[in-house]
Amino acid sequence: MDINYTPEELAFRDEVRAFLDEKLPKDIASKVKNSQHLGKQDTVRWQKILNEKGWMALHWPKEHGGTGWSPIQKHIFEEECAEYGAPTVLPFGVNMVAPVIIKFGTEEQKQKYLPPILNSDVWWCQGYSEPGAGSDLAGLKTKAVREGDHYIVNGQKTWTTLGQHADWIFCLVRTDPNAKKQEGISFLLIDMQTPGITVRPLITLDGEHEVNEVFFDDVKVPVENLVGEENKGWTCAKYLLTFERTGIAGVGQSKAALKHLKEVASKVQQNGKPLIEDPLFRHRLADVEMELMALEMTNLRTVAAAQAGGVPGAESSFLKIMGTELRQEITDLFRRAAGPYAQPFLPESFEADYDGEMVGPDFANTVSAKYFNMRKLSIFGGSNEIQKNIIAKMILGL
Amino acid sequence: MDFKLSDEQRMLEETVGRLVRDGYPFDVREKARTSELGFSKEMWQQFAELGLLGVPFAEDFGGFNGGGPELMVVAEGFGRGLVLEPYLATVVLSGTLIDALGSDSQKESLISAIVGGEVRLALAAYEPEGRYDHTHVATTAEKSGDGYSLNGSKAVVLHGDSADKLVVIARTGGSTHERTGLSAFVVDASAEGVSRRGYETIDGLRAAEITFNNAAAELLGDEGSAIDALEKSLALGIVVLCAEATGAMEVACDQTLDYIKERQQFGVPIGKFQALQHRMVEMRMELEKARSMTILAACSLELDAPIRAKRVAAAKALIGKSGRKVAEEAIQLHGGMGMMEETPLSHYAKRIVMIDHQLGDLGYHMQQLETLLDVDEDAA
Repeated sequence: MDINYTPEELAFRDEVRAFLDEKLPKDIASKVKNSQHLGKQDTVRWQKILNEKGWMALHWPKEHGGTGWSPIQKHIFEEECAEYGAPTVLPFGVNMVAPVIIKFGTEEQKQKYLPPILNSDVWWCQGYSEPGAGSDLAGLKTKAVREGDHYIVNGQKTWTTLGQHADWIFCLVRTDPNAKKQEGISFLLIDMQTPGITVRPLITLDGEHEVNEVFFDDVKVPVENLVGEENKGWTCAKYLLTFERTGIAGVGQSKAALKHLKEVASKVQQNGKPLIEDPLFRHRLADVEMELMALEMTNLRTVAAAQAGGVPGAESSFLKIMGTELRQEITDLFRRAAGPYAQPFLPESFEADYDGEMVGPDFANTVSAKYFNMRKLSIFGGSNEIQKNIIAKMILGL
Repeated sequence: MDFKLSDEQRMLEETVGRLVRDGYPFDVREKARTSELGFSKEMWQQFAELGLLGVPFAEDFGGFNGGGPELMVVAEGFGRGLVLEPYLATVVLSGTLIDALGSDSQKESLISAIVGGEVRLALAAYEPEGRYDHTHVATTAEKSGDGYSLNGSKAVVLHGDSADKLVVIARTGGSTHERTGLSAFVVDASAEGVSRRGYETIDGLRAAEITFNNAAAELLGDEGSAIDALEKSLALGIVVLCAEATGAMEVACDQTLDYIKERQQFGVPIGKFQALQHRMVEMRMELEKARSMTILAACSLELDAPIRAKRVAAAKALIGKSGRKVAEEAIQLHGGMGMMEETPLSHYAKRIVMIDHQLGDLGYHMQQLETLLDVDEDAA
């Protein structure tokens, strides 16, 4: 038993650090660290840099341009990226639709879709949730009716993250209305330029435009855009949900955030002393630190088990719950660190090029918006309650 | 990075696992618990025969040369069986302190006797006014002839009631809270001037209040030099308690899961109810965290003092927090049966909760962690 990295793993970490030192654009890292808005251009620029190095597709097989890394290497890479303030790679193309195409797609589909995903030339979004199908995803109603060489798609998707920038959407659609819930669903790729598609912004409680509604009105989709077999889309969906997710615990993000929080709490004054010396605040910081140590070790145990050949299945549900609760707790502490200056709301100042006057300390500017935004963590990707259902069923056999 | 046990560690795990499975069924444990001694001498001899009493000691003494991970493996197994014997008191706390401080001849006689199962010891460190502060030592030691003479009182000395010898922390200098001036002594428990009031603890173990009135004592190592070794032994003791708690929490989770799958109400097993399923999931989550922190602490004992202290404090604090949750929820999910003395689960719950009262509780270790907040994890 040895909880330390091997010399080879340490050498790999040095290689990652050297790369990040040299190649991560300073302006982008600064935006990430200060919770400022990242534009589409920032994300694409960073992802193209990753692809040049061959480090874009962590989870793909090597033959398709993946890294071929071990679970521990992926973990090290993700942790270092978070520490350096690299933008999170958008998962919809590279980590969601691509693995499904690699597993279930035809040779033509692989050749057509994978290279532009690797090079971030095509922006993907996810068409899963519907107004009536959230946690009960199989209750989706968007239907696709086969007419000759096409499907005619009608319905509505929602919570479509960054769909406003998307070139393509991967959708779960109902192709057999008479089959049992899970059995009449297909996995369809749809060009967002197709006539009949309307994207409408949804503004979240922090004033952000991150998610959208997508409406389909007699949208013609060529049948060659079907992935896998017709009515077997649920298999693709499930594959995607259990797909290896080493980063789901967000340990790197939490570590970076906690470090920043300590810096901030050392500067802010309360009762004539730095806030970090306030007994209650310090106690909560210590509690977060303790929970983070436990999360990190639990994450490493899962990563090491994956390394040894055990595929992380329902165990990643534990990590999702623990990790998201901890990240949310840290945003709560940031909000408290800001004190009364948690209140002013100047969304224009979230832009990196804002040169107007700030209100209160610089860090306080975004903390409340971030706190409210991060409530999403325990809701998306299968709400934490759904994760508990999964554990109850898959691990506990209840 | 590798979380797999080595071959030797796996053998140790199997040895303890077999012993607990075969030799420690609940009714046998109950018989030992309610006996006058409160544990089984025969079981102690089995520990000796299996080499378990030598785990942390050098091979010269018949030991196994083990460290944190090896003791973790043993203690986790003991936790699964709610082992009553004075392993923590004798081997881990007293034994490793003698090993660290004692002269060659002291080690030769005492460690060999521990490994052979011929002598049982208890560590008398904490005092009635000191709660969990091991530097709060008012007990004094004065030179007297060839040895020393002790005066003072020690509180809740685990297995102090039946120990043959006591390892006592006393002052040869400094004032009550100072880290300097602390020395360790060996005292014959039946010596003149030693009075013991033994009692049962609520989790079925034994302890004693001990008073020294001009009791004859033998110094371990040099005067005033005990603090570093004491803190190392206490850190090891904390790892052992964390591991014991993890083993006991695992059983509490398993028994609770079995119970809610079996118990029928409203015509279905109560485990079909989501309100209970989610609580069961949360118990398992706490168990995983406890196991993770125990591993972290067990593998950090050889690191520099600040990072070791930080991780050990964090582990014990987390065990206090997670243990309470698992114990309370296990009783709740067992319903009325969880309240019964005849239900094994209730004994697991009691031990898990009482572990928080040994070697520093959640509050104490959170405070330690707060003072160590600036110690950089990455420095490890």
